[in-house]
Amino acid sequence: MIEVESITFGYTPGAPIFEDFTWRAGRNESWVILGASGCGKSTLLSLLAGLLRPQRGVIRIDGQALTRPRPQTGLIIQDYGLLPWATVRENVRLGLRIRNFYGADGIHAPRDYRPTLDVEPWLERLGLLPVAEHYPGQISGGQRQRTAIARTLVLNPDVLLMDEPFASLDAPTRENLQRLVLDLWQERGLTLVLVTHSIEEAALIGQKILLLGEMPNRIARVIENPGVLQPDYRDSSAYHDLCRQLRTLLEEA
Amino acid sequence: MNRRHLFLAGLALLALWQGVAMLVHQPILPPPTEVGAVLWQEVRNGSLGGHFLASLWRVVASTLLAILTAAPVGLILGQSRRLNAFFAPVIYLLYPIPKVVFVPVVLLFLGIGDLSKIVVIYLILFFQVLVLVRDQAAGLRPELILSVRSLGAGRLALFRFVYLPASLPAILTALRQSIGTAVAVLYVAELFATQKGLGYYIYLNGSALLNYPAMYAGVVAMSVLGLGLYFLVDGLEKRWCRWQTAA
Repeated sequence: MIEVESITFGYTPGAPIFEDFTWRAGRNESWVILGASGCGKSTLLSLLAGLLRPQRGVIRIDGQALTRPRPQTGLIIQDYGLLPWATVRENVRLGLRIRNFYGADGIHAPRDYRPTLDVEPWLERLGLLPVAEHYPGQISGGQRQRTAIARTLVLNPDVLLMDEPFASLDAPTRENLQRLVLDLWQERGLTLVLVTHSIEEAALIGQKILLLGEMPNRIARVIENPGVLQPDYRDSSAYHDLCRQLRTLLEEA
Repeated sequence: MNRRHLFLAGLALLALWQGVAMLVHQPILPPPTEVGAVLWQEVRNGSLGGHFLASLWRVVASTLLAILTAAPVGLILGQSRRLNAFFAPVIYLLYPIPKVVFVPVVLLFLGIGDLSKIVVIYLILFFQVLVLVRDQAAGLRPELILSVRSLGAGRLALFRFVYLPASLPAILTALRQSIGTAVAVLYVAELFATQKGLGYYIYLNGSALLNYPAMYAGVVAMSVLGLGLYFLVDGLEKRWCRWQTAA
């Protein structure tokens, strides 16, 4: 589904963050990109979102070379990116309004897109109906993140990119939303790529974990995490072993 | 603010006026009752309405002109760091200059018609709207822009769904802040070379005809003009920018 082919990227010449870097993610897999601050995690996500372009190499998603944001890719960022002047319902509708604005041109909206503004099922699914008429400033952090998730999923994406989505939430809200994301990933058949600096979060969400270390990143170090969907995985010894392993690897890197 | 409180405050001010007028007891300060009667008469016989409309037209035309020209420029400068770096020093120098001093200059260049009055008020509002819209557009967080782009928005949709709604409160704030000044400058502009407008009406009755109650009627009409516009902007702000007060 996602093919990163020997890309080189850096913000300043001579200081590449990725150099001849290759990585592949299969359809319907859940990936976590893990690493310390400033290792290029968010940069990789922006590249996958088509918001940045590699200086060399190519990124293909669903077989298509990426040259600009792709309508079937959803991106959710840490501070939610909600419009402060629009209600929750209108924020969830934003992507649809943008698609209706351009029409099904294949660039801003998929060719088979049919104009709609119906977001009620998603508001209901994410428990947002009671706050649908509220503004982002009036709701909790967890509700804001749910709004951002609803806004993205309304567009029916096949790839979902999340950049530190739960970093500013309290623990119960975070666990709740982590479970929700896993449910939605399975339910919608998404290819999920989530960026985090939290080892526990990586172990709980990623079927596969991509470790990024010191710049420039040249090889993709991947740790398999097959147990991620087991019930009560959070309390299992496999989970704790993985966390320990990840911690050691991060310290080495 | 509570409507009832506003009403009571208005009554209190009228009572104060009445009291002072009774104390002074001079023709130059007629009581509100007398002014009210003259105002009613002047409105009914049509001598005030024309002046009021002339003034209203000048303010509204210059306001619309200012919004239509300053908001786009503000949006462009707010989005482009390079352009703003180029123009910011010029705006910085021009912004604090009291535009009212240009009244004679504008009159010399544009003549005595409506245009010169409209341009003078326009100059004041233009800079106010420009600066506030520019700062609002520049203050939009890059994360917000990125996430809206990731929803498929190109330049046009960003403009329509982000920059335009974001600049609306800035425009209304600019208008609310500068309507008082605009009406004051309108008065000054109407003292020169015109026979229409509330400024002329006040001046004519106060200095030439010495008809003080009519002069005060003109002052009241000018206050109504200023207050009415202020309330209008305030109401639009409450209606369109509910999110700012709701949070």
